[in-house]
Amino acid sequence: MKKLTGLVIFLVVLYVALIIAVPSQGLGLNNYNLAERIGQYGIISLGAGIVIIAGGIDLSIGSVVVLTATACAILLTDRNFGWNPAIAIPVVLAGGAIIGLIHGLLITKMNLPPFMVTLCGLFIYRGVARTISGNMSKGIGNQCLDLRHFFYDNDVFGLPRFLAIYIILAIIAAIFLHFSVYGRYLYAIGGNEKAAKYSGIAVDKYKILSYVLCSTLAAFFGVLFLMKNNAVTPSSDGFFLELYAIAGAVLGGCSLRGGEGTVIGITIGTAIMWILPNLTNMWGVPSELEFIVIGTALLLGAILDEKLRPVSKVT
Amino acid sequence: MSYFLEAKQICKSFPGLKALNNVDLKVNQGEILAIVGENGAGKSTLMKILGGVVNPDSGEILLDGQTVNIHSIPQAQKLGIALIHQELNLAENLDVAANIFLGREPRRAGIMRLLDNRIYDRASQIMQELGLNCSPRTLISQLSVGQKQLVEIARALSFQFRILIMDEPTASLSLEESNRLFGIIKALKQKGITILYISHRLKEIEEIADRVMVLRDGVNSGELQKGEIKHEAMVRLMVGRELKQFFHHGHRVERESELILQVKALRYLDNQKPITFDIRPGEIVGMSGLAGSGRTELAETIAGIRPMLAGEVFLKGQKISINSSADAIRAGIFLVPEDRRLHGLVLLASVKDNILLASLNSIGYLGIIPLRGGDALAKAMCDKLAIKTPSLNQQVAVLSGGNQQKVVLAKWLCRKPSIIIFDEPTQGVDVGAKAEIYALMDELAKVGAGILMISSDLEEILHVSDRILVMHHGALAGELTGQDITEESIMHLATGRALAA
Repeated sequence: MKKLTGLVIFLVVLYVALIIAVPSQGLGLNNYNLAERIGQYGIISLGAGIVIIAGGIDLSIGSVVVLTATACAILLTDRNFGWNPAIAIPVVLAGGAIIGLIHGLLITKMNLPPFMVTLCGLFIYRGVARTISGNMSKGIGNQCLDLRHFFYDNDVFGLPRFLAIYIILAIIAAIFLHFSVYGRYLYAIGGNEKAAKYSGIAVDKYKILSYVLCSTLAAFFGVLFLMKNNAVTPSSDGFFLELYAIAGAVLGGCSLRGGEGTVIGITIGTAIMWILPNLTNMWGVPSELEFIVIGTALLLGAILDEKLRPVSKVT
Repeated sequence: MSYFLEAKQICKSFPGLKALNNVDLKVNQGEILAIVGENGAGKSTLMKILGGVVNPDSGEILLDGQTVNIHSIPQAQKLGIALIHQELNLAENLDVAANIFLGREPRRAGIMRLLDNRIYDRASQIMQELGLNCSPRTLISQLSVGQKQLVEIARALSFQFRILIMDEPTASLSLEESNRLFGIIKALKQKGITILYISHRLKEIEEIADRVMVLRDGVNSGELQKGEIKHEAMVRLMVGRELKQFFHHGHRVERESELILQVKALRYLDNQKPITFDIRPGEIVGMSGLAGSGRTELAETIAGIRPMLAGEVFLKGQKISINSSADAIRAGIFLVPEDRRLHGLVLLASVKDNILLASLNSIGYLGIIPLRGGDALAKAMCDKLAIKTPSLNQQVAVLSGGNQQKVVLAKWLCRKPSIIIFDEPTQGVDVGAKAEIYALMDELAKVGAGILMISSDLEEILHVSDRILVMHHGALAGELTGQDITEESIMHLATGRALAA
């Protein structure tokens, strides 16, 4: 709770600073862009957060995004496919779920470290994306205009569509994590896997579930990415996305030790992640310093977290 | 007549250890059966088999006369068997009620399986019965060890069971909490619940058990009926075994020399009775006590691994301050830890690297270690200790337990030890290597080092030590010398009984 309060205060301070920094006639547009970005990246932060809460890690998110976006573009436009979006998109999402399933199986059944499994994924999926695209940009031209219009051009009560989508996902995730038995199990596994096992919980099943959800959300992000940018370039798009996702989740209170974190925290963490560069940009800080600012903010967050951690009574 | 629960010819081996060898267990409905035995006698393993945590290699379990398969925890729970584990297994990040009902959350309609807040009311009820006075919404991480233990018990009480297995439920409970628990156990018995009860506190067992079953080294060693349940009788069945021949004995010289180590009023816990003892040069002091009595913690504190909260340590009459393991090692106080694979060795490194690990400063020049540096020293150690390894560059992980232990010893013998603390030095070590390790202890003692040997193996303690300290509940329960040293007297002290005057 203390942690969450601190995050909210930090976010408010940053936002007030942003209001001061942005010229008043540009504020509306800046807010809109910022909200869109938070909504967009919040999706993968949610996925990363779920895995981290269950005590795992997923480094392959960016590559899954690029692979699914590329696959989606090919399925929609390639001469051999030319599928209807109503088929192509579910297939892509299912593909994401299968990737997560593979991660989960390797981690639970073969007992491989999650870091290793998803690091390999990071390389492999990008390689696959570059191979199936012939290492070229894949665009969707004039396809799916309706869908793109639906995802992008249309506001919901003045909110960018992307943010609206995120809010819906976040509400579902919050119910899942905080109010359902499944979520309770993920926290128990992240907190003490042995306790979960001794309680008769099917630990492997739920760990696999966390990776499936994470990769499916990454695939969904991939589809949205494609819709927004009209094209995907496997050799350059989506780098560092997993790190942004993990940073957002961790900044928002997910402990890499597992068993800790909230959806509201992940949301605030993601918001801080994207307000920070926006603010430094407005202050005229050279963009090459952006990473230093983000890195420092994360480090300070980690130090504060350690200091605020309640000390468990020693035996 | 047939018993309610019957386990027949249960066998279970772990790598290098036969934990259970054709063990039988029979219990009637509504009976309180106590299972006693020394550390490592196989009690917990047997309970874990009945609770579905561990699968037996062979044997049969009958419930109500029917053969049952218990291969998993949910299966055991479905049969109505609840197990309270010896060690705490709680999710510290969740609250009390969530832990009590973990894995058995009440079902509510809908595919999302939403959490049901009624668990808080039900948890409150159970907690009140147990005298656990905190909110069911308290996080486990905020509780004391005793309270956590009560949560473990509450977990078991929260569901419909016919058989309740309690593995040392009172290990960290206060007297008052324990008494309340006995009240609950008796009430459960009235309701026809069958209880299997493990405890090292034999007094408790005299009080509540209907029958006692004794295990020794993984086999049944006897049974006591209601009228026969006496402290002495239990101890006799627990420890009575034949002695083996490989102990060297009677070599020690009585010396009225100055003390090599004095520990005065040492505490490593906040509210703990201060611990005071000393060791003479050339003396092997045995330290006995039950698991969890604080022996390892004491050793770690003297070796600088745990912070010393209070107390003084004198080495050869000089006060030394130990704030880190480096301080202790500089002073010549070395620890041969209980878990050698975890704390004693760098498993993936070579024999040579492990032997030289604590002596690198004296081998290197300006921090640079020559390629062949220390080879001679490592070789000499291997020869001296008869470490069986194909080469100095062999990974230490693949050596046998005995040879690994000798590598740990070699690491310290490269430096000059004043005090060596052995924590369970021969656990998982074969007989031959055992004898060699005892011989080394003798040799160290002869050159004037002081030795503290912690051991759960009574035979070993009895035959290697010149003097025996016994710990109970984080305090020194007594000291035994000369004629007073008997298995019974050690067990009496270790189980919290004053010796007869």
